[in-house]
Amino acid sequence: MMQRLTGAERQLALIISVLTLLGGLAMAAAGRADPLGIHGWIVVLFAGAVFLITLGSIYDPEPREDRAVSYYDDPTKVGLILALGWAVVGMGMGVWVAAQLAWPDLRFDAAWSSFGRIRPVHTSGVIFGFGGNALIATSFHVMQRTSRARLAGHVSPWFVLLGFNLFCIIAASGYLMGVTQSKEYAEPEWYADIWLVIVWVVYFVLYIRTLARRNEPHIYVANWYYLAFILVVAVLHIVNNLAVPASLTGAKSYSAFSGVQDAMTQWWYGHNAVAFFLTAGFLGMLYYFLPKRAERPIYSYRLSILSFWGITFFYIWAGSHHLHYTALPQWVQTLGMTFSVMLLVPSWASAGNALMTLNGAWHKVRDDATLRFMMVAAVFYGLSTFEGSFMAVRAVNSLSHYTDWTVGHVHAGAMGWVALISFGSIYAVVPLLWQRETMYSWKLVEWHFWLALSGTVIYVFAMWNSGITQGLMWRTYTESGTLAYSFTDTLVAMHPYYVARAVGGALFLTGAVLALFNVVMTIRHAPEKRPERDYPTSSEATEPAVPAAE
Amino acid sequence: MEILMLLIPLTLAMGCVGLLTFFWTVRSGQYDDPEGDARRILQADDRPLDHRQSERRGERTT
Repeated sequence: MMQRLTGAERQLALIISVLTLLGGLAMAAAGRADPLGIHGWIVVLFAGAVFLITLGSIYDPEPREDRAVSYYDDPTKVGLILALGWAVVGMGMGVWVAAQLAWPDLRFDAAWSSFGRIRPVHTSGVIFGFGGNALIATSFHVMQRTSRARLAGHVSPWFVLLGFNLFCIIAASGYLMGVTQSKEYAEPEWYADIWLVIVWVVYFVLYIRTLARRNEPHIYVANWYYLAFILVVAVLHIVNNLAVPASLTGAKSYSAFSGVQDAMTQWWYGHNAVAFFLTAGFLGMLYYFLPKRAERPIYSYRLSILSFWGITFFYIWAGSHHLHYTALPQWVQTLGMTFSVMLLVPSWASAGNALMTLNGAWHKVRDDATLRFMMVAAVFYGLSTFEGSFMAVRAVNSLSHYTDWTVGHVHAGAMGWVALISFGSIYAVVPLLWQRETMYSWKLVEWHFWLALSGTVIYVFAMWNSGITQGLMWRTYTESGTLAYSFTDTLVAMHPYYVARAVGGALFLTGAVLALFNVVMTIRHAPEKRPERDYPTSSEATEPAVPAAE
Repeated sequence: MEILMLLIPLTLAMGCVGLLTFFWTVRSGQYDDPEGDARRILQADDRPLDHRQSERRGERTT
């Protein structure tokens, strides 16, 4: 992996790993027995491993290949495997959390395994670990292909990928120790947040620099979605994580805002994390890999651009729908509700655009499970965006809020849309990157598809039933005007659905394990294939790497 | 609700960045050939050479 780096680049990597290692030592010294100190040692271990790998090849010969005539795919490859690894960890934690809700004894009486600590390991594991790595890896792939240019840098993509994974490790290990700032999807404490800002700025600069050296005048629409994802997440992350550390020698910090002010900031962040992390970024994936796999151009390119600008301008205002019937001023709630309903237009434009692209190629969807992953992802995207707009209406929200319906909605999006489009894209790109004929086993891809689909459907139906039952029980009054059901009554009513949810999650997890196995076997055992047409044009090289004779 | 004094201007500012980017895309001809843009990602071999290369190629043929 290091042989593609020049000597100067290896030295730079060495310097960065030493600086990170020193940062880790400083944290360990300052934090001592505090979780901050333990995180310091984790940073030291991580940076130390990178340092040793780099040092081991520091005297290797300079790369002899002409780097301008090929794409730089090593970070993409590592990112895809990391994504699948995190998928197994994050979904595994999810199944455990779901099982704890059905059978609370599964906590085994330890502090670290309590629901409040392992649930964020599940959410961060799947959103940031699986989703984030899949986004970073595929964005490296897509930005190079659509720009017909090599990545603008050889150290920075590694810094982005490994730095982001260090953030994920700090986050997950912190939750188990009870480190959290109690903000949904933004639980990591101040030092992890600062680190992520650095990583994210490098990511943005890398993307812009790669686009700047493009050999194709047009910037393909997928890049706009990825760029919106990177830029908006940066701003959201910085504002929502404004906090004052209680001391520089401990992990604990206090938010800069209080009460409903803090809640508004949190959901301005939280909903846009859904919008720009879990939607815009994965739409970038959809707009590149679905046409590629179907071998058909997107049905309406104009519509894809219209929905991009629609999402960009509408989504950011929708966050206050998370705070209906709270201390938030009524007009702010109504504003959020209005924009949430308007969002249905650009959302369905994308979902419809994807399905219309496949119209006329349904035989491919029938035969190819990889394409079917993407098709079902588009369907779930359409379903969950409709459900989201619906649930944001204040009257509907009075029934759905605080119930399992919300959990079902989130998982229709996360499992049905985010995970399925990622799996589809991974199956599409792995044979190309490792130059294999096909995946190791198409039967396993087929199995994965049906496991994932049935798991999602079981999960979502269980939560719809549970949520609506729960919501109705909470608002049922007796003739004398008292509540008809106690909280325990609702728990008893939900138990069968909680068992069903754990089963659905287990099916989904099984599919993810098959995916990891299949990808590893593809890399190790699938027959090799040299691609005929996979190279950038270059401004320096007069001839392409592979003659364009065909 | 003094937080809105921060969040609303900030959100409007992000919208303005989006709007300026949109104007840039219009002015730099990003939307001149949507049909071709959609098709070009499918055909890696049918690639437009960048202008320096086409100039060099031009010199060779003339």
